[in-house]
Amino acid sequence: MIISIGMLKDVWSFRDLVWSSVKREFQSRWTGTQFGPIWLVAQPLATIVIFTVIFANIMRPGMPAHDSKFAYSIYLCSGVLTFGLFSEMLGRSVNIFVENANLLKKIHFPKLCLPIIVLLSSLINFAIIMSLFICFLIITSAFPGWVIFSALPVLGIQLMFTIGLGVLLATINVFYRDVQQTVSVVLQFWFWLTPIVYITATLPDIARNILNWNPLWPLIQAYQGIFLEHRIPEWSSLVYPLLLGLIFSLLGVYAFYKLQGEIVDEL
Amino acid sequence: MSCEEPFTYMLQIKNISKAYKRYHRKYGRLAEWLGLGTYHEKRWVLQNISFDVERGQAVGIVGVNGAGKSTLLKIITGTTRPSTGSVEAGGRISALLELGMGFHPEFTGRQNAYMSAQLSGLTLAEVESRIGEIEGFAEIGDYFDQPMRTYSSGMQIRVAFSVATCVRPDILIVDEALSVGDAYFQHKSFGRIRGFREQGTTLLFVSHDRGSIQSLCNRAMLLEHGAIIKEGNPEEVMDFYNAIIAEKENTTVEQKKLNNGKVRTSSGTGEARVENIGLYNAMGEMVEFVSVGEQVELRVRVKVFKSVESLVLGYGIKDRLGQVMYGTNTWHTRQVIHNPSQGDEYMYRISFPANLGLGSYSIETALHDRDTHMGANYEWLNLALVFNVINIDKAAFVGSNWIEPKIEIES
Repeated sequence: MIISIGMLKDVWSFRDLVWSSVKREFQSRWTGTQFGPIWLVAQPLATIVIFTVIFANIMRPGMPAHDSKFAYSIYLCSGVLTFGLFSEMLGRSVNIFVENANLLKKIHFPKLCLPIIVLLSSLINFAIIMSLFICFLIITSAFPGWVIFSALPVLGIQLMFTIGLGVLLATINVFYRDVQQTVSVVLQFWFWLTPIVYITATLPDIARNILNWNPLWPLIQAYQGIFLEHRIPEWSSLVYPLLLGLIFSLLGVYAFYKLQGEIVDEL
Repeated sequence: MSCEEPFTYMLQIKNISKAYKRYHRKYGRLAEWLGLGTYHEKRWVLQNISFDVERGQAVGIVGVNGAGKSTLLKIITGTTRPSTGSVEAGGRISALLELGMGFHPEFTGRQNAYMSAQLSGLTLAEVESRIGEIEGFAEIGDYFDQPMRTYSSGMQIRVAFSVATCVRPDILIVDEALSVGDAYFQHKSFGRIRGFREQGTTLLFVSHDRGSIQSLCNRAMLLEHGAIIKEGNPEEVMDFYNAIIAEKENTTVEQKKLNNGKVRTSSGTGEARVENIGLYNAMGEMVEFVSVGEQVELRVRVKVFKSVESLVLGYGIKDRLGQVMYGTNTWHTRQVIHNPSQGDEYMYRISFPANLGLGSYSIETALHDRDTHMGANYEWLNLALVFNVINIDKAAFVGSNWIEPKIEIES
């Protein structure tokens, strides 16, 4: 534990670097474009419009026990957007040491800055898309009210789970590059093995028993509950992802600490 | 003198060794993680390196490629961890390792400068107050706001050096990087390094260039196979280094010339040949580096393979562009050998002061019968020998000749 506090202190003294890197990452996305930051909003806006307008008006899949025509759209968005944060963050952090090999070999700086840069820039992206979603909720008068704040601890657990797993896999990925390939494949399966697009009620019992092992399910379920039913999550269901997140974080920090010398040798 | 004052070092390197793990099996590392025994072999690249550097000292590190110089610098910088031993630094380290500083090709020079400076621990405010000076020192004009991918390697090094030295570090580490830059920037950066040294910066400098080691450093060490095999004043160490290289070259002379990229051309009828050629200093040691104005001796051993009427040896000193700096032959000096017979050997000792400008020179030789090799040409050999002229003890000058001045100022 002392180790990680020392590490965090190092990272804190490089906070300017972290912040500038995050800023630069966003800037680099619109260098050379005419409309600049507008493109940052355009992409998530398109996602939301597709999910809401199309599913609400054209396809209209039925949501049992909800008569609002936007019910399925809200259900879909609360799963897709939060899973999107998970998969963006995990996908990027797995690559983090390999991608920055050139820096790590030449300059001495706290390596843990790198996953934190990924964490922050993914979160900013997420904040943009979430505020669009919340605007939509307000417009359709489906805003959950103060219950929305109960999404914050859920998000906290999700971030810890993601970044812990991310650092662990990023460290292994330096030595076995298959990890990053595996992750992109697994993420696709993971998406469809989580009830995001479909509804649990339609599943047979066997499938549900298997899904019980999926640590993302309780998290996604909590978001769906908050946004669709304005219901505070059942906290006990989050113990499993919380514990798993803690284990991954500890393993990640441990593996990173053990191998950080060899990381640079191997790159 | 009192010896009670505690002596403090800027840098203490204690017993550093570095081994890279080499796995024979693909999953050996995985098996080790799971605690299933040991599957690697250690390849040692540095062995028990210990030395101390005082404040303001400049240490040159030389050695052939693969001797461990770069690994040592990386360990001191902190990017690579030593397998054993420790590094204690008494202040802020700034390092310029090899080419570039991990620059991002899509970002501009300015963005990369910000990034690099922040990576080396400066705060945003500190970088902002210095960015103008960084831009000014790099002198790359509008390119500073162009993507880095459009830069030449010389321009990259200009930005890298300007960033690495925008704050005077307590310890500055430079790994060959500056050899990429053009002469103008080299001089400018050496000037800045000298300025830092006067203010107390400690310097660690890796280079193959004898001139810069001798002019910048007051101490040098020679690394071979990961160990320090010689330490002392730069001149002594460089001489030793050159001797080692010469020894190696003698055994593979022919090969080296071909690898050089340059082709040695020889032509002639073969009645006489140059058997051996070497440049020696006043102490009788074979040299590759000659200081301006130094008295040297060119020794040429000639063997006669077929009896001829007369034998003349000619030689010329050419600069790197092939222009002849000086040339003559034994016809003009009235030292023609008449009627040499088969099997005879002659040793020509040609001594002269190396009154040449800085740079690389080659010597060509010609064996013929009279005043030019247009008549009977026994053997003509270009690039018979290559040597370098460096300035150690003369006032700085430019040009291809050393014409000793005596300047008097009257007022």
